Amino acid sequence: MRHNVYLYILGMWAISYLIRVLPLTLIRREITNKTIRSFLFYVPYVTLAVMTFPSILSATQTPVSAAIALVAGLSMAWFGLGLFPVSVICCAVVFVSELILVH
Amino acid sequence: MKLTERKQWFLKGMRHGIPIMLGYFAVSIALGIAAKNAGMTAPQATVASALIMASAGQYIGFTLIAAGASLLEVIVMEAIANARYLLMSTALSQKVDPALPMRHRLLMGLWITDEIFGVSVSVDGRLNPYYNYGMAAVATPGWALGTLTGVVLGNVLPVRVVSALSVGLYGMFMSIFVPPARKNPVIAGLVIVSFALSYAFNALSWFDGISSGMKIIILTVTISLAAALIFPVKEDDHAA
Repeated sequence: MRHNVYLYILGMWAISYLIRVLPLTLIRREITNKTIRSFLFYVPYVTLAVMTFPSILSATQTPVSAAIALVAGLSMAWFGLGLFPVSVICCAVVFVSELILVH
Repeated sequence: MKLTERKQWFLKGMRHGIPIMLGYFAVSIALGIAAKNAGMTAPQATVASALIMASAGQYIGFTLIAAGASLLEVIVMEAIANARYLLMSTALSQKVDPALPMRHRLLMGLWITDEIFGVSVSVDGRLNPYYNYGMAAVATPGWALGTLTGVVLGNVLPVRVVSALSVGLYGMFMSIFVPPARKNPVIAGLVIVSFALSYAFNALSWFDGISSGMKIIILTVTISLAAALIFPVKEDDHAA
């Protein structure tokens, strides 16, 4: 490689940090505008949903095991299981279903 | 803020950071393998992960570095891939105490990742920065060590194990957006719409040229804005 890789890493870090820290440091008051408040209220749920599907389907060896984990995760979360159990059981579901599905 | 309160939030953050750490470890193994293929050494890839903490952003960066891109090109692509953190940071600015000192804001900004953001924004009431610090203290090593593992022995780990661990992060996401969807029908509808549009965006070849980070932003902004206009939130809903 021709360039100094650490310089690139530093550049990548700096731009990422700027993006992450600017709103948090510049917006230091409560936003009162109702539309913006509503928008920000919905952002986390929408962004997490968008990031989950359909990319979960390509995270595992076969989309079938991921689909089973998706349904299992949605149901467990619906019935009130917490972050840690949902996460761990999803992993277990994939592991076990792939023992059968993938040879 | 009392010392015991800080400590409690920090410990709670560490506890909630464990699933993040496990998921990060699994996901970043793949990142480490990509880094190795891009010609990066183990120390370089590990340092990059410890600092940058962004999966898509790092993939793109590593690929561009390997292709001999200029520093400016890498920085511009990094900004595009990570622009969603602007939204997350804005949401967090409304979640912390307006009087939160600058040093805490500067520190919290270091660890805004999809997962740490998702968990922090879903706490009841105000977000205590020590909760973030606790999570970051546990999750960051998972990301860095997973990357290192990927570079050093990516091909030795059983595929089954990596495959199973990879869904851990999605399980976490679900446990964050499903409970409010159960309570609030608007959120439930939004989750369904988000799934459908996200699927369509990925299936239709028109959108192939758009990076995955950009797709997330376009969908998040469009769907959340539409929801804000059609279903403005009543003030007491914010407590949910």
